[in-house]
Amino acid sequence: MSTAETRETRPRRTPGLVPVSETLRTTSRPAPSDTADPAPAGTTAPAGTADAAGTTASAGTADAAGTTAPAGTADAVGTTAAAGTADATGSTGSTGSAIYAASAGGGRAPETAGVAEGGRAREAAGVAEGDRAPGAAGTVGSADVIDLAGPPPVRRFGSFWRLLGSELGLTFRRPRNLVMLAVLASVPVILGVALRLVTDDMDASGRGGGMGGLVASVAGNSLMLAFASLSFLVVLLMPVAVSVVAGDAIAGEAGGGTLRYLLAAPAGRTRLLTVKYLNAVVFSFAIAAVVALSALVTGLALFPVGPVTLLSGTTVSVADGLLRVLISVGYVGAGMAALAAVALALSTFTEVPIGAIAGTVVLVIVAQVLRAVPQLEAINPYLLPTWLTRFDGALRDPVDLGAMRDGLLAFGAYILLFGSVAWARFTGKDITS
Amino acid sequence: MTSVMLDAGAPFGAAPPSARPAIVTRGLTKRFRGGQVAVDALDLSVPRGAVYGFLGPNGSGKTTTIRMLLGLVAPTSGEHELLGLPLGEALPRVGALVEGPAFYPYLSGEANLRRFDAADPAAPRATVRRRVAEALDRVGLTAAAAKRYRTYSLGMRQRLAIAAALLGPRELLILDEPTNGLDPQGTREVRSLVKEIAAGGTTVFVSSHLLAEVEQMCTHAAVMRAGRLVAQGSMASLGGGQVPRVRVRTPDTADALRVLRSLGLADVRADGPEPGDGVSAELGGVAPERVNAALVGEGVAVRGFAVERPSLEDVFVRLTGEGFDVDG
Repeated sequence: MSTAETRETRPRRTPGLVPVSETLRTTSRPAPSDTADPAPAGTTAPAGTADAAGTTASAGTADAAGTTAPAGTADAVGTTAAAGTADATGSTGSTGSAIYAASAGGGRAPETAGVAEGGRAREAAGVAEGDRAPGAAGTVGSADVIDLAGPPPVRRFGSFWRLLGSELGLTFRRPRNLVMLAVLASVPVILGVALRLVTDDMDASGRGGGMGGLVASVAGNSLMLAFASLSFLVVLLMPVAVSVVAGDAIAGEAGGGTLRYLLAAPAGRTRLLTVKYLNAVVFSFAIAAVVALSALVTGLALFPVGPVTLLSGTTVSVADGLLRVLISVGYVGAGMAALAAVALALSTFTEVPIGAIAGTVVLVIVAQVLRAVPQLEAINPYLLPTWLTRFDGALRDPVDLGAMRDGLLAFGAYILLFGSVAWARFTGKDITS
Repeated sequence: MTSVMLDAGAPFGAAPPSARPAIVTRGLTKRFRGGQVAVDALDLSVPRGAVYGFLGPNGSGKTTTIRMLLGLVAPTSGEHELLGLPLGEALPRVGALVEGPAFYPYLSGEANLRRFDAADPAAPRATVRRRVAEALDRVGLTAAAAKRYRTYSLGMRQRLAIAAALLGPRELLILDEPTNGLDPQGTREVRSLVKEIAAGGTTVFVSSHLLAEVEQMCTHAAVMRAGRLVAQGSMASLGGGQVPRVRVRTPDTADALRVLRSLGLADVRADGPEPGDGVSAELGGVAPERVNAALVGEGVAVRGFAVERPSLEDVFVRLTGEGFDVDG
């Protein structure tokens, strides 16, 4: 049995976390047979009895322990039963189980009894999922029996991470995104090979003095290809990739119609938006890491390994150099996460994903153009691209923390602002797609 | 005694959630930007265990109502409640099919169901494999589980959407036009699936613009017209004003008329001027077999004998004063 399954059989919540109103509702819930035929004894009784046994057992344990008791019988009912007050333990625990036994057996528990006892007992029933007992699954009948044991909890522990996992799986398995990652990974290779050829050419012709700073430093040290690749890609190609994922996040689901089913599931709007953003953040860091990794591997293959000469002229060890690559990846990832917030905000305004994607890319390009106009220098600090290349602070000795800190603050401000816009829009939006 | 505390703040009375109707709306209204009123002061009440037909031509506000019920669209005014619970608590117990299937084309049918199951915070991860397999089996898609959604036919897509609505134990199913795009065979399958689900105690709320479909599946119905509720109730109560007629095909028109009158039937009349056109009468409380026995006993040659109940369409024509435009 895997870890996840093991966890599943434990009680889902502690009684202390269950609001009283919910507790009462749980307790007072009669068998849903009031609308259908009472459960026919022939099919449902055996399973129902097993259910009831599970509940009784747990209540009994609760009686003794006074806290929570996992149920561990055939049906593996995740039931927790505990007394609200110490003196009520015995009676309420057993009454609750009697009600469950009655309803699970196909009879109808008097509702008033459930409510009256529920007023004192703090009892919460976890959901009964019949399939943990091998062979119990399969028929409609068994599903109905499961339902008799109590309503499912509104929210399971770990459900948020499950949705995030689903989202990540979708993102990192989607062919389009894989192609983007492959393209990003190939750029450092192309860059490295090209620089190598140029260097060889120059060596052969004996003209070494004309090399530019970047080319010279890459040719001189394998780690420099990582910095060169990041600074090259952070300008446009990485923003495009992030825009595709984040701009598609809401608009893509809306356009495909899947958004209405996700929200009816119910994924929850704030929850879904958070998952979508975290997914885009993971993708942001992933592309920065992929570029750096590809550049490191290429660099190691093509250029000499050794102490790294930084932009400020000092030379540091390879380990120190690798650490600085890592810092750069983190910084670029954070910058891309800020851009993802912009794309996500745009994504909540349209049902056409390409609109949100193109909109974000256009914003990036416009910002670059504005930066190029000297007269508009004053607005530079407010433009995201201004800060994206500031990871070169990691190439100074000592590391230029000031510039990077300002950059991270700018990213934080972007995330806060556009995250709020996205949230305000998405939580108040009519989903008509 | 605790019921007051229990339901503090609940908008729909003091009954415990399980005793309240599966769906209640009060004055539910949606006015879209531009002033168009899609749904106008809707008061629905769907009893537990019912198969509730939600009828109306296309554009009459059915889908907007369903979107409001599921929390996708915010009402302009009015309120609604599912299963007597706050929406967030109710939705995990509700399976929904809204305006046709929508899935990820690059995922398999199975992967699609897993995706939507992951979005449900109440669905247990440990059981997802079994629940997905069961749902696929119920709609007959097991063989196509591993195929990409892109390759599915329209009927398969519709069935996958129904499978998605059946991923967990549901107390309420909301199906918006579930037979849209299905061939007659698929339509029959959906109909029998709905009946099977309802037999398990699940309340089914099914919208349709097809009268015959609702007539065959539903225990209750409501009729929408231009955003307003025209009628709602059990099928019996909707048809209550109309009594079944007995129709007899016979060459002995005069004798048949005499026998029917002697049985005390109302509105006895010949259905046409020719001798073979037959006669008909309102059946009232008389058992049809008695009518037939009396006819035969009096020597009337009975060539055809039928009890005709008024179709839903007749009822709606009477209720709305006009024909039901099924093509909207």
